Amino acid sequence: MNLIINGKRRRLDVPPMARLLDVLRESCGLTGTKEGCGEGECGACTVLVDGVAVDSCLVPVAQVEGCRIVTIEGAAAAKKNATALQNAFVEHGGAQCGICTPGMIMSACTLKAGCSRDEIKTALAGNLCRCTGYISIFQSVEAGLPPSPRLRRTGKSRLCKTKKGSRARRR
Amino acid sequence: MPVDARALALQRPRSLKAALAMLATAPALTPIAGCTDVMVGLHFGTSDQRQFIDLWPLDELRGITLDKPEGLSPRLRIGALTTYTEIIASPIIRKRVPRLVAAAREVGGAQIQNRGTLGGNIANASPAGDTLPVLAAADARIVLRSAGGERRVSFSEFYTGYRTSVRQPDELITAIEIPAIEGRQWWRKVGTRRAQAISKVMMAGVRGPQVRIALGSVGPVVVLATGAAKVLAHGGSVADAQAALAREITPIDDVRSAGEYRQQVAANLLAQFWKETE
Repeated sequence: MNLIINGKRRRLDVPPMARLLDVLRESCGLTGTKEGCGEGECGACTVLVDGVAVDSCLVPVAQVEGCRIVTIEGAAAAKKNATALQNAFVEHGGAQCGICTPGMIMSACTLKAGCSRDEIKTALAGNLCRCTGYISIFQSVEAGLPPSPRLRRTGKSRLCKTKKGSRARRR
Repeated sequence: MPVDARALALQRPRSLKAALAMLATAPALTPIAGCTDVMVGLHFGTSDQRQFIDLWPLDELRGITLDKPEGLSPRLRIGALTTYTEIIASPIIRKRVPRLVAAAREVGGAQIQNRGTLGGNIANASPAGDTLPVLAAADARIVLRSAGGERRVSFSEFYTGYRTSVRQPDELITAIEIPAIEGRQWWRKVGTRRAQAISKVMMAGVRGPQVRIALGSVGPVVVLATGAAKVLAHGGSVADAQAALAREITPIDDVRSAGEYRQQVAANLLAQFWKETE
């Protein structure tokens, strides 16, 4: 089975129905991806497959043959916004016990610059945290994402809290 | 105990035709797509399936189109492998069946929406499937295909009992067809939270020249509440419709909710549907 994991081609001898999560952790030694629930409820095992967030506990490895897989270990190299997000989680208390954090970061990596709090909540709705609650996580994501290109040009700070609000502000 | 992946076999046909040929000779194969249900069953050891056929690469089963059959009104055709994310992003579905978009938004979270498919939601045949009441209320038809040919089944005739349907082992769900819907559409899911929750009760309704009401998680299959709909369509009171509804649903006590609670909530949803679609 040929996989492209964090930019590197790997040839692995694994059963086609093995969980991508197990292949990453056990065959590739990439233990940054965590197993929480094993049933798609918690999002701790979130990775990107061709840029799309998925629960790796629910993906048979055969279905991602030839796809580009990015785990938390490769996020900084693959996603422009990942390093800033990781730093923001440290600075703003978005991480406590840390089990949910890799999944949170991977989901947050899919967000575009200047998105609203509602958009952040929607993107992270499939990631559960049992320590911090979600406020500090949302604040970390807001701080880690770059402001929207339009607002950056005008030099205004990014204060949009809702979709409606952000539209009004841009007008 | 998780099932050992080495004990599982996977066929990977390159085309729909090849898949149907495989199913014709080996009907014990279980079709898989986004796997958001199948992998859970295998991991928790509740699934006895060991041989699978992977539909995920078959792009023939994707796509959202507006078909205009001659002499008939246009109908929406949604490929079976269409994901919830694709449903949410589709301008045609937003315009014609906005409640299907609403239901797709409340399936799991982004990760599940990126992988779970409409065909899979139907084939999995759970009475709690989030899109199913919407499809029932919309009078959808399910397109089934085998190596021998194609047939269409009305949604209300598709399920035969708890997790069973008229789909034969050699057939695949290839698409879902939704006719033009006249009237106001309504949908609501009641669960523990907005994301990542399986419903306690769901209701979808259409209020137009015809009234159609469908409920999820209140019986072994999705229930089309024809009795309650008839009362309301003929100008009966909401209380009478609620009484009719109570006779049509058979909710049980389980880990997510209690039968009595579900009865009460179903009655409340009926009143809310009727009030909000005035």
